Amino acid sequence: MKAVQGPGHKLDGPTSHGAGPAGHPAPALSTRAAADTALRTRRWGVNRSRWQRRAAPYIFVSPFFILFAIFGLYPIAFSLYLSFHNWNAVGGLGTMEWVGIENYAFLLTDPWFWKSLWNTVVLLVVSGLPQHVIAIPLAFILNSGLVRLRNLFSSSYFMPYITSTVAVSMIFATIYGTQYGALNAALSWLQQHAGLGWLFDLVGLEMPVNWLGRAPYIKPAIAMLVVWRWFGWNTVLYLAGLQTIPRELYEAAMVDGAGVYQQFRWITLPLLKPIVFFAMTLTIIGNMQLFDEPYILTNGTGGTSEAGLTVALYLYRTGFEWLYMGSAAAMSWALFLVIVGLSFANFRLIGRAGLERRGG
Amino acid sequence: MAILRRSRGLRNLGTGILSVVLVLALGAGASAKTTITVGVFPDLDSVIKAVIPEFNKAYPDIEIKLQALGYADHHNALLTALATGSGAPDVVAVEIGYLGRFAVQGGLTDLSKPPFSGGQYRDLFVPYAWGQATTADGRIVAMPADIGPGTMFYRRDVVQAAGLDINTVNTWDELVAFGRKVTRDTNGDGKPDVFLIAAASTIADAMYRGNIPEGEGVYFDARGRTVVESPRFVKAFTVAQQVRRAGLDARIGSWSNEWYEAFKRGTVAVELSGAWLAGHLQNWMAPDTAGKWGARDLPENMYVSWGGSFYAIPEQSKNKADAWKLVQFLTTRRDIQLLAFRTTNAFPALRAALDDPTFDEPVPFLGGQKARRMWAEAASKVHASVIHPGDPVAQEIVTSALTQVLEEGKDVKQALAEAKQLIERRVRR
Repeated sequence: MKAVQGPGHKLDGPTSHGAGPAGHPAPALSTRAAADTALRTRRWGVNRSRWQRRAAPYIFVSPFFILFAIFGLYPIAFSLYLSFHNWNAVGGLGTMEWVGIENYAFLLTDPWFWKSLWNTVVLLVVSGLPQHVIAIPLAFILNSGLVRLRNLFSSSYFMPYITSTVAVSMIFATIYGTQYGALNAALSWLQQHAGLGWLFDLVGLEMPVNWLGRAPYIKPAIAMLVVWRWFGWNTVLYLAGLQTIPRELYEAAMVDGAGVYQQFRWITLPLLKPIVFFAMTLTIIGNMQLFDEPYILTNGTGGTSEAGLTVALYLYRTGFEWLYMGSAAAMSWALFLVIVGLSFANFRLIGRAGLERRGG
Repeated sequence: MAILRRSRGLRNLGTGILSVVLVLALGAGASAKTTITVGVFPDLDSVIKAVIPEFNKAYPDIEIKLQALGYADHHNALLTALATGSGAPDVVAVEIGYLGRFAVQGGLTDLSKPPFSGGQYRDLFVPYAWGQATTADGRIVAMPADIGPGTMFYRRDVVQAAGLDINTVNTWDELVAFGRKVTRDTNGDGKPDVFLIAAASTIADAMYRGNIPEGEGVYFDARGRTVVESPRFVKAFTVAQQVRRAGLDARIGSWSNEWYEAFKRGTVAVELSGAWLAGHLQNWMAPDTAGKWGARDLPENMYVSWGGSFYAIPEQSKNKADAWKLVQFLTTRRDIQLLAFRTTNAFPALRAALDDPTFDEPVPFLGGQKARRMWAEAASKVHASVIHPGDPVAQEIVTSALTQVLEEGKDVKQALAEAKQLIERRVRR
């Protein structure tokens, strides 16, 4: 408020001094400011001028705040309120019943909640890390100028991101099919015709693999889909980050005789840290709310032994399928706190160091 | 002259006003025709479309506005409307899987009370369907429209190719024994490619839903106590486990592409489901397999309810009287129930409709078998069971326990004991 008002006063200059709080028209002065005021007065009418100049910005930005209040703030506040109630939505709003922290207490002792949290964190790691491990070198290669048709490659890597998650998940569900799935067909070809049978025996993989039916395979199946869908997005982020690194650094390094790997290790990686922090934060927030992929791949159930049950999926089921709305609201707040915690940890680990180096 | 002209003008004005009043009066007369909205999911939308002309003959003053949404969308939209207290249609279709959820007090109108007094129709319906629409505290939350008697479909060609006879299967143990013979390797790659059934879990599902003691629900008894540790569940889980251990099921989940593919290719010999599966197979899943299928009662004369739809009136409806007229029309009239049956093959819940000669006609898709009569008789033998608001969550937990038994080799008793604990924790609240 203050900051906005300050310059406003300055701009008004002598006019506002003369006008006083009542907003009377200032006596005409021969300064340039006065001439401006006179022009404005003619255009807008004297009394409205000052008020409009102050209010206009607020009016112009108000749609956002109004919409945010309705669609953002109100649901947030309501879900917090709801999390202290027991509510079966079918009975209407009148059937809400205050239960205090019971919903939170229930969550802390609910084995399925802990299981879903564990699943989500495991999926965050096994589907989050590979995205970056693939994306950073890929972006480096694309940016190095050694690759022709760079734009074609980066846009095709970006393709999975702009495709509908639901459609993609359904295609993957078909690929993961036990009897007629493409993945199992490829694997059994490798096993029988490519002379890799010993590898299957070594790993103990029994064909055909029931990817979406057996608990140990569900998380890898989901993770493969998530990695496929998101590494291109990260690649594009890193490409953008690479563009900010001055070419001279590489040139100087080359003069000093540094090879490609050394350039990558000692220039690209350290200078990319702020982008790594940013991309990691997005991954944490996104993967902690993983929903569509496990929903489609496990037929909306979370799969055998709830191996694919993420917190977001469990919360949806609790609220909208079993109608324990209060419980679901409490779960969403618990998830929010976990995401805040992980983002903070990420900041401590990567962010601060990266940002400081950049700043200093 | 001027005066005359002016008075004529006045007279004209008067006539104008009169005619406006007349038009308004007529308009008011026309708007005495009320509109009721009906919310349904496919294929019930085609039923409503087929019924509208008949209904308007009987009730020319009531106009029907149809709102059809996808199966899940329809129920989600209904949930939202009930939660917020506005936006629900005057008449809604509710599938049996959702009925327990919506049976909570305050959502759907209790049709047992006057002016509805729905109890008068009790004896017209297949008893178990009526039981499903009645809550433990005696409220009637919906009227039954169609039912899904459980049945066993089998592939005549597959059974024959294995040199077997389906009529030897009369108990669940005999089904397992039959499965050991029918499951075989036909292309010589050392792995079976014809299986007894798509998923072993389907067998357990049929078994614990079958022969529920009178007055008990699938998962809860009349007093709301969990019954998942009863012999009904232990036996069901054990048989399913045997089937899985012997490698007799293809491990294919229902409603997946692989499931349809298995039906098309004939790689599963039997499938247990509601009688409605014949319609799906014929219409879109495997139309080329017409004539190759047969249907039988489930082993051990087990009669189960496998799906069904109901019509209800949300508490927030402002046209309850007219809505009730439509619900009665849809559910209690024999000709309308038969019309619905001809439209979508939805099996009528009205007993009088089951006497129709249509039910004695052979079904070409099932190789000319007179399966409908068999299903009608099966439907009349299903016990009435009580619905409980905790049914959806209990179903979830039991299904999860079953997959752990099948996929991870967990002990049956232990899995059920854990399931019981989980259900009790949830439902207590």
